[in-house]
Amino acid sequence: GSISGKVTDDAGQPIPGATVFIKGTSKNATADAEGKFTITGITPGNIVVVARIMGYETFEMPVNAGNSTESITFQLKADTKGLNEIVVVGYGTQKKSDLTGAIAVVSSKDFNKGPISSADQLITGKVPGVQITSNGGAPGAGSTIRVRGGASLNATNDPLIIIDGVPVDNNNISGASNALALINPNDIESFNVLKDASATAIYGSRASNGVIIITTKKGRLGDQLHVSFSSTNAISKVTSFSPVLNASQFSDVVKQNGTAAQIALLGTDNTDWQKQIYQSAFSTDNNLALSGSWKKLPYRISVGYLNQDGILKTSNLERNSASINLSPSLFDDHLKINMNVKGSIADYRFADQGAINAAIAYDPTKPLRSGNSNDFGGYYEWLYNGKLYDLATKNPAAMLEQKMDKSQVKRSIGNIQFDYKFHFLPELRANLNLGYDYQKGDGNTNIPKYAALSYYNGTGGSYKHYSQEMKNKLFDFYLNYVKELKGIKSRIDVMGGYSYQDFITATPGYPTLDESGDTTTAAGNYSEAQHTLVSFFGRLNYTFNDKYLLTFTMRRDGTSRFRQHWGNFPSVAFAWKLKDEPFLKNTKTLSDLKLRLGYGVTGQENIGVGKEYAALSRYTYGDANSSYQLGDVFYKTLRAAGYDQNIKWEQTATYNVAVDYGFLDNKITGSVDFYYKKTTDLLADVTAPTGTNLTNTLYTNIGSLENRGVEFIINATPVETKDFRWDAGFNITYNKNKILSLSKAQTDTSVGIATGGISGGTGNTIQINTAGNQINSFYVYKQIYDKAGNPIEGVYEDTNGDGVVDADDKYRYKSSNPVVYLNFNSSFNYKKWTLGFSMRSNIGNYIYNNQASNNGSYKTFQNSNYLANLSTSVLKTKFRNTQYWSDYYVENGSFLRMDYLNLGYDFGRVISKKVGLRANFNVQNVFVITKYSGQDPEVFSGIDDKFYPRPRVYSLGVNLDF
Amino acid sequence: CTKDLDRTPITEATSASVYKDFSNYKAILAKLYGGFSVTGQVGPTGSPDISGIDEGTSSYIRGYYQMQELPTDEAVIGWNDGTLQDFHQMDWTPDDNFINAMFARLFYQIAQCNEFIRQTSDDKLSSNGIAEKDRETAHTFRAEARFLRALSYYHAMDLFGSVPFVTDSNEVAYYYPNQISRTDLFSYIERELLAIEGEMAEARANEYGRADKACVWGLLAKLYLNAEVYTGTARYTDAVTYSAKVINSGYTLANSYANMFKADNNVTSESELMLTANFDGARTQTYGGTTYLIHAAVGGSMNAAEFGVNSGWGGLRTTSAFVALFSDITGATDKRAMFYTAGQNREIADLGTFTDGYAITKWSNKTSKNTDGSNSTFVDTDFPLMRLAEMHLTYAEAVLRGGTGGSTNQAVTYINDLRQRAYGNTSGNITAAQLNLRFILDERGRELYWEGHRRTDLIRYGLFTGAAYVWPFKGGVAAGAAVGDFRTVYPIPTTARVANPNLKQNDGY
Repeated sequence: GSISGKVTDDAGQPIPGATVFIKGTSKNATADAEGKFTITGITPGNIVVVARIMGYETFEMPVNAGNSTESITFQLKADTKGLNEIVVVGYGTQKKSDLTGAIAVVSSKDFNKGPISSADQLITGKVPGVQITSNGGAPGAGSTIRVRGGASLNATNDPLIIIDGVPVDNNNISGASNALALINPNDIESFNVLKDASATAIYGSRASNGVIIITTKKGRLGDQLHVSFSSTNAISKVTSFSPVLNASQFSDVVKQNGTAAQIALLGTDNTDWQKQIYQSAFSTDNNLALSGSWKKLPYRISVGYLNQDGILKTSNLERNSASINLSPSLFDDHLKINMNVKGSIADYRFADQGAINAAIAYDPTKPLRSGNSNDFGGYYEWLYNGKLYDLATKNPAAMLEQKMDKSQVKRSIGNIQFDYKFHFLPELRANLNLGYDYQKGDGNTNIPKYAALSYYNGTGGSYKHYSQEMKNKLFDFYLNYVKELKGIKSRIDVMGGYSYQDFITATPGYPTLDESGDTTTAAGNYSEAQHTLVSFFGRLNYTFNDKYLLTFTMRRDGTSRFRQHWGNFPSVAFAWKLKDEPFLKNTKTLSDLKLRLGYGVTGQENIGVGKEYAALSRYTYGDANSSYQLGDVFYKTLRAAGYDQNIKWEQTATYNVAVDYGFLDNKITGSVDFYYKKTTDLLADVTAPTGTNLTNTLYTNIGSLENRGVEFIINATPVETKDFRWDAGFNITYNKNKILSLSKAQTDTSVGIATGGISGGTGNTIQINTAGNQINSFYVYKQIYDKAGNPIEGVYEDTNGDGVVDADDKYRYKSSNPVVYLNFNSSFNYKKWTLGFSMRSNIGNYIYNNQASNNGSYKTFQNSNYLANLSTSVLKTKFRNTQYWSDYYVENGSFLRMDYLNLGYDFGRVISKKVGLRANFNVQNVFVITKYSGQDPEVFSGIDDKFYPRPRVYSLGVNLDF
Repeated sequence: CTKDLDRTPITEATSASVYKDFSNYKAILAKLYGGFSVTGQVGPTGSPDISGIDEGTSSYIRGYYQMQELPTDEAVIGWNDGTLQDFHQMDWTPDDNFINAMFARLFYQIAQCNEFIRQTSDDKLSSNGIAEKDRETAHTFRAEARFLRALSYYHAMDLFGSVPFVTDSNEVAYYYPNQISRTDLFSYIERELLAIEGEMAEARANEYGRADKACVWGLLAKLYLNAEVYTGTARYTDAVTYSAKVINSGYTLANSYANMFKADNNVTSESELMLTANFDGARTQTYGGTTYLIHAAVGGSMNAAEFGVNSGWGGLRTTSAFVALFSDITGATDKRAMFYTAGQNREIADLGTFTDGYAITKWSNKTSKNTDGSNSTFVDTDFPLMRLAEMHLTYAEAVLRGGTGGSTNQAVTYINDLRQRAYGNTSGNITAAQLNLRFILDERGRELYWEGHRRTDLIRYGLFTGAAYVWPFKGGVAAGAAVGDFRTVYPIPTTARVANPNLKQNDGY
């Protein structure tokens, strides 16, 4: 006999692509575009027909099959609890309900909406325990991603990012602002964020900072050609300026505090330099995707075009991208092939971000243009003795206009994955994945002769080419055996595999030329470095009675970075589905309860590009500009480089205790995770004992640090009626890090390692890493205030009470790391309308207002032969000299920000019901509430300086489906 | 494919391979000499030798100049970089990053020398298959590396007193070296110099830029002249002996004083410059060294182009105490008086204002023929680490201080040699009656100012600290004030003490 029917959702809308199968057999079918399916050749009898698709609850329907055609209709409920969601874990997938580790999934329906140029922005504010801080508002600027704080000090704290099975190199290539910006966000189907060690340990060596698995969209078997087009057009606007004196305030300050010579330098204009460098910028993002199935070959092809102007004048990103996915199944589905090729060509024009500080510091009494079009392209510049005064601030508008810094970056990521289910032993699968990630960046930085920026370079002008190439290849193979052992109520799932990955980075050297083509700086040396990882890994999942779940993973990783190549990274986790126990089974209110316990050890070896051979005694060639004359000959020198031959893996042990819960038929779901991470043999760039090595600081294993935290998630659907639905999600993460030790000595009483370079002077720092304190604590003097609450210049507390105020009185004050971060999303659906927003808050993050400290004293304007503008902070402090290390400038940067607000309307099928049309209006960066006195409190480093401001973006988008 | 984990550098060499090819030895030796000039393997900045400080500031000569000249009557600086003002105000602390960087730079140089010395032992030369004919050259290279190490240890002893002690017998590893006392370090440097004397090239027989026997004698003479400061035991007779050896070694005074500090000093003044840190606008680029000295000294109404550079950095000037060493500051009589006074105030009201204090025009990127150096940002001017004039002054002082084997008359002659060059005639000559210790200190100021000698000289005369001699802003006050005697040595940087618990701090810090 046969079975045919239809799969629909609650509202009766067809669900194309749903899989329908007869339980216990390999007979199956996929619902077509109208939700219809047919399965033939069914042996009569009592059977169970199952319909399932991601995002809906799987439905089982018992049928008494006869010889004729049975007709059934599945009406699937949207899967609010997501328990049957398939989660991508390392080297395989798992049902969400069977997870033992801390894994968060964000799929495309939950992505942030709006003009998104970099993939990381899709999930900003969506995942608890994950802090995504955009690196400013430049087109294509990426984000700094931290999963549960950073596990490292100087080794990378970035999570491992895997795109369709290929761990990508997220080191930035020359000419790109961010590696993830080279992938079209519209091609992404889901993000799976692996947070605790039991989830990440399968990626062993690179997993200490979490793993983000990105899966791209695929075509579906049996689908007809489906065309979708989307276009988003946006206007970006500057939201705020750094507070500086206007022309009349500045004149007053100079007249009151300056010498006669300085007063004489004042001009008569009134220029708001910050308004000269920013603009309202337009961007457009257009995507076309074709997907479907050609005979038995599912395919998806997409192209995208992004053109984004930055709010800092002249900055622009233009990106063309294309991707192809083919996912055929052969031999009765025994062999599944999944092939992806993605490519993009991004053309950047970088604005000189030095213009941001120059605009703050430029004398507002000076005009934009000098009126003399012969010099400096007509722009006003500071002169002295009739010639350019090179030490003075350069005209910020000219810096933008005259510096042409353009690059083109090509990137392609691809893989082909073969998944073969053995004919003779269907429980056993073999999986082979071959992948690559290729990037090449080429750029030119050109400054003409007349520009003040390179006026004195040889005969004037500066012309420089740069390029870099990165090649990364991957070979993965694993075997997976899954067996239900009904007799002992057990299920085992064993996997074991091998992985090889190789990275090559090549950077040629190019000379700098002047306008006449003469070399002013000779070409640097060509450099190339290679880095290889070899791994063996395995996992055992054991389930007893469908209630008790045990996961054990092991990875043995080898790296070429260290002479001691190998490290072992085990993990174990246990989960207990309490809800399924008899004593809770009948509780109506409580709909889900699961306990998870996990422990694992992960590693880190990535100390950065250029440190591939940190364990070897090497000699570095000097370039032509650093050669040395002996006799009449200039020799290119050879330098013995510093190294630590015993350098080895950094290790992070993570403990995770969690409860997943659901109430009221899972209208309310969520989880609470407690974690503790301790990193030992920390890879840190520290001062070597003087004289012992061939440089003064080097990477070695030293000390330890910890992170402890709690994540709490609650998702709810408070209202759900036929026409109206309200979903709300809230999560909060508390994370506190502490450096436990930074020394090989038994007692660690060291002052610490200075970090956090600031503008002002040469080589000044504001932060410190010290044992017993938070990472990146500010290291400052305690300001003393007068009765009116104003800071008294240069008067600080004698914190150690020794009677004198000196460097020993600096204290460790707060840190740039937030202690608590919260995310709040909500969406409202009313008939065809949707309204959604997402908000984010960081609490306890402090920020050093470098704009105010560096420009906030009367000394600032008093330079030889030119004037510089001041921060309005000077009006309050009345400081005569800069006071870089006053804690007055360390401000509470806690904030509440609404990242996205969007309103959508679904027109349904229009134009003879052939085209689906949706339109949406979005606002990005809607508002920020903060006490911080500067431009934007959210700067990852905690030092507000030269920060490219985040714009507010208004966009209008349409989606068409054919 | 686990053997792929044994990756070796692609565009760098390894110590295993580099010493098998003798042509590399000169390139490594060039790095050892270049350690005084360049700051990394990419000029002017990039691939720095040491980190934790701005690369230009990490330059050996720049750091040495700052520590030897800024705390004295000879120099003040206008910038507000970090703790830079602490030098002249003489209130530096162990946390000072400039001091820390110089400490690191000294031991960077020592460690590079140690590595080369280790790799060029007879055993290594033969195991690396170096041909017999090249061994002799290798021995000379090795002796020069030992000289350079001794020179840096001398600087370390002079600046810091008791310092960590590492030699070629220590391997590159993570360990805590012991601190050597100043007295023991003095003996070590003396032993080393005497041991290599015979292996060095004859005086004036080596290439320009490389050390010879006269350099060994010259360093010994400096060591002995200051021996009482370093060890408590005077060695003036030895100072007389070795300064005389240099004076009679074949080096001769250059004709023109001013030309010794110009872009082509390697050509015009080779006969006097015993050892130089070499710079070249096109090929040896750095923001330290003489590029710093020339740019930083130009400001106010000075025209940078007259110094062969494109801009002044408006930093370095001098105090009225130094100006007072010259009775005629115009340079019309003593041509060593090279001041720029237009628009400059003789007295300093504010250290941060360039026009307070006379500027000094001694260093220039113009050639002796008044043409520009090869590049207007990076200069060609070489910095003398040792020159013959210093030996004339050393001889005279050692004789006056009781050293035997020389004579006062000879001392007067040597001093007058310098004064005749300075005056262009004998009008500035002195008599034996005029020769006294204070005169020599002042003459050293006039002859050697801004070449990195002043702090050591003032300490030897007991005038660096205390109240016996004050100059503007000594001790941080405009009139000058007494400073504690512990400041005759710099503190061991906190950073170094954190990394090595064996290091004890100098008294007073």
